[in-house]
Amino acid sequence: MKSAVIVFPGSNREGDVLRALKSAGSQVEKVWHAETELPKGTDLVVLPGGFSYGDYLRCGAIAGRATVMDAVRTHAARGGLVLGICNGFQILCESGLLPGILMRNANLKFICHRQFLRVERNDTAFTRNYAKDQPIDVCVAHGEGNYTADEETLKRLEGEGLVAFRYSDAQGHITQDANRNGSMNSIAGIYSEKLNVLGMMPHPENLIEDLVGGTDGRGLFESLVSSFAKAA
Amino acid sequence: MKARVTVTLKNGVLDPQGKAIEGALKSLGVEGIDGVRQGKVFDIELGTTDKAQAEAQLKAACEKLLANTVIENYRVEIA
Repeated sequence: MKSAVIVFPGSNREGDVLRALKSAGSQVEKVWHAETELPKGTDLVVLPGGFSYGDYLRCGAIAGRATVMDAVRTHAARGGLVLGICNGFQILCESGLLPGILMRNANLKFICHRQFLRVERNDTAFTRNYAKDQPIDVCVAHGEGNYTADEETLKRLEGEGLVAFRYSDAQGHITQDANRNGSMNSIAGIYSEKLNVLGMMPHPENLIEDLVGGTDGRGLFESLVSSFAKAA
Repeated sequence: MKARVTVTLKNGVLDPQGKAIEGALKSLGVEGIDGVRQGKVFDIELGTTDKAQAEAQLKAACEKLLANTVIENYRVEIA
C-alpha cells in the first residue's frame, strides 16, 4: 500500500503517523500542501494533526482550501481512502469532504489525555482488524474537538451508520463523563457516505508501541494495510 | 472601495467563548449584560469601484472562506 501524508505549514504530527504507517507495512511519502497532484499510485491520503496555519480564521479553514486539497477531493471522489486525524479531521470538515464542524470544546479547555473509543463498526477499510463495539485505548489532544452538525446531518450520520468512533469508558459504555469535549452523540470520528473518508479527533498513531504505554492504535493502520493486501 | 464583513454564529449554535466572556463581564461587575455572542469582523479593501461587482466578490469571499455557513452567518457592508 502507498500512503501520502500531506504536510501543511503548522502540521506537527506527520512524523508520528508516518512511523505508524511504516510499521504497519505501508510505503509512505510526505507531500507538501502546495503540490497539485498526489504521488502516482497513492492508495491512502493522510491529513495529520497539528495547527495548520496557526488555526487562523477557524481550525482547518485555510488548509481545507490549499492547492493539494483539489487532488485529495479527486482521490476521494474516485473512492480512494482518506484519513484525517485531529487537525486533519477539522480540515476534512472545512474542505467539505465530511459534514459538520469541530467547535471549541464545551468546557473551553484544551484537553490532553488517554481516551477510550468504541469502534462502531468493523466492516470498513479502517477498522477491519478491530471487533465491533471494542473499546480501544488511544489519546486525545485538542482544543476544538466538539463535533457539531445540524439535526438533519446528525440524523443521516446515525441512520446510515457513518459514526466511526464514540468516546466511551474502558468497558465501551457511552457515558457523559467520557465525552469530555461535548461532541454531539459522543462522536469521535465519522465516515463519508462511501466509507472511504474517515475523520477522527483522537490520535491512534500515538499508541502503537508498548514503550509508550499501549498498542491499541495499531489496529487502524494494520486494518488499512491488510485491506490492500487482501485486494491485491 | 472599502468594505466590512461581519461573521456571526447562527442562532442556536452554542458559543462557549461568548459564554466565557459573558461570565468575565459579570465577574468584573459590568451590569445589565444578558448575553454575549462572539463574532469576527473583516475590513477589506477592494480594487473595484463598481458596487455590484464588489458585492459579488465579497459574497464569494464569504461563501468560500470567511464564513463556515454550517454554523455562521455573514453580513456585508460596503462603504
